[in-house]
Amino acid sequence: MSTATDDRYNKLEKVMKKLGYEKNSLIEVLHSTQGIFGYLGVDTLKFVAKRLKLSYSKVYGVATFYNYFRLKPKGRHNIVVCLGTACYIKGSEKILQKIEQRYGIKAGETTSDEALSLLTARCFGSCSLAPVIVFDEEIKAKVSLENPLCGIEESIK
Amino acid sequence: MIREKVRVKSFKIDGICVTGQSNQTILEVAHDNGIEIPTMCYMEGLSCVGSCRMCIVEIKGSHEPIPACTAKIKEGMEVTTSSPYIKTAREMILSMMFSERSHTCSTCVVNGDCELQSKSVELELEHSATPYLNQRFEIDASHKNFVNDPNRCILCTRCIRVCDEIEGAHALDLFGRGLNTRVIHDMDEPWADSTSCTSCGKCVYVCPTGALYEKDISEEDVIKKRKIITELIKNKS
Ligand code: SF4
Ligand code: SF4
Ligand code: FES
Ligand code: FES
Repeated sequence: MSTATDDRYNKLEKVMKKLGYEKNSLIEVLHSTQGIFGYLGVDTLKFVAKRLKLSYSKVYGVATFYNYFRLKPKGRHNIVVCLGTACYIKGSEKILQKIEQRYGIKAGETTSDEALSLLTARCFGSCSLAPVIVFDEEIKAKVSLENPLCGIEESIK
Repeated sequence: MIREKVRVKSFKIDGICVTGQSNQTILEVAHDNGIEIPTMCYMEGLSCVGSCRMCIVEIKGSHEPIPACTAKIKEGMEVTTSSPYIKTAREMILSMMFSERSHTCSTCVVNGDCELQSKSVELELEHSATPYLNQRFEIDASHKNFVNDPNRCILCTRCIRVCDEIEGAHALDLFGRGLNTRVIHDMDEPWADSTSCTSCGKCVYVCPTGALYEKDISEEDVIKKRKIITELIKNKS
């Protein structure tokens, strides 16, 4: 997924702008990033590094120093359900509910066996493909409302 | 930036009267006067981080030893660079460096040319006073010329500083913390894939141990390259 169209990156951009792209706002930026993405993925960290004009190693060093920061979603797999306007209209709320029921967790939570973390986001910028979910960084288009986990469930272990 | 006026200060090191400028550290003045203080993370020309504590000295009137490489001099201070107390403390520090990683010198590429090894000889450390905790890290030999073996690293950060301050690449930094701390490239990517490393080799030639080394190179070339790089760092500062 490109950073230009993923709305989570717009949000992150706004956060950094507000902080004046200050190098020493790194920790605060990482904090917000984790809030937006649920965890700090390598691509996201590289995006932050470039924007704050910090080296990759520096950003990674800080991110790995604090236990608070998660470099991977807590679960071995993760699903991000888009709740942006287009996806919402196409019924993504129902998708979320279905997944919540199936795994007995709410958005933002991880199953007790740590197999799956469920997250939500507002618009990945792939509205023409709505409703959209992202499973382990891979975008799934036009997800079925009846059976949103089709083709995914088997890999969640 | 307002510059503090530099003044001349007189004080004593091991009973010898010395003078230095107020912006100098105890270590610098000691060196200027031919007094040896053992160091490890310090490197002339690079910033001082005071992380290894090898250079600790005692100051009369203060209960704890302080690192000479970061402590600025003060008028009238009385510094002691070696005492039974300091010796024990340095031995303990060295022991801890050994215990955190694997330092089987006989199988190390820099055997005979290692600052950790020579420090132990200097301090007459024959066996480690602390238990071994090394957990075996993966070696990164992806780069065509260089190798990063975290199992030999003492985390002095010289490599990180030279890469940032002299080469201007900041390709390296420390990953994690505690026993898991390692020197990494970029976002913990293989050295060969690093997009910020210029392959200049400076990090390799400031490394006091066998953690960073060059492949297939003669001992003469190592000595030559190390000399060039140490001179360069000194002159650039
Ligand atoms: S080779 Fe040069 S640029 Fe690359 S990590 Fe070492 S010091 Fe930095
Ligand atoms: S790799 Fe060498 S120079 Fe770098 S921190 Fe470790 S021991 Fe020091
Ligand atoms: S609303 Fe745009 S991708 Fe979901
Ligand atoms: S040399 Fe002074 S603390 Fe390392």
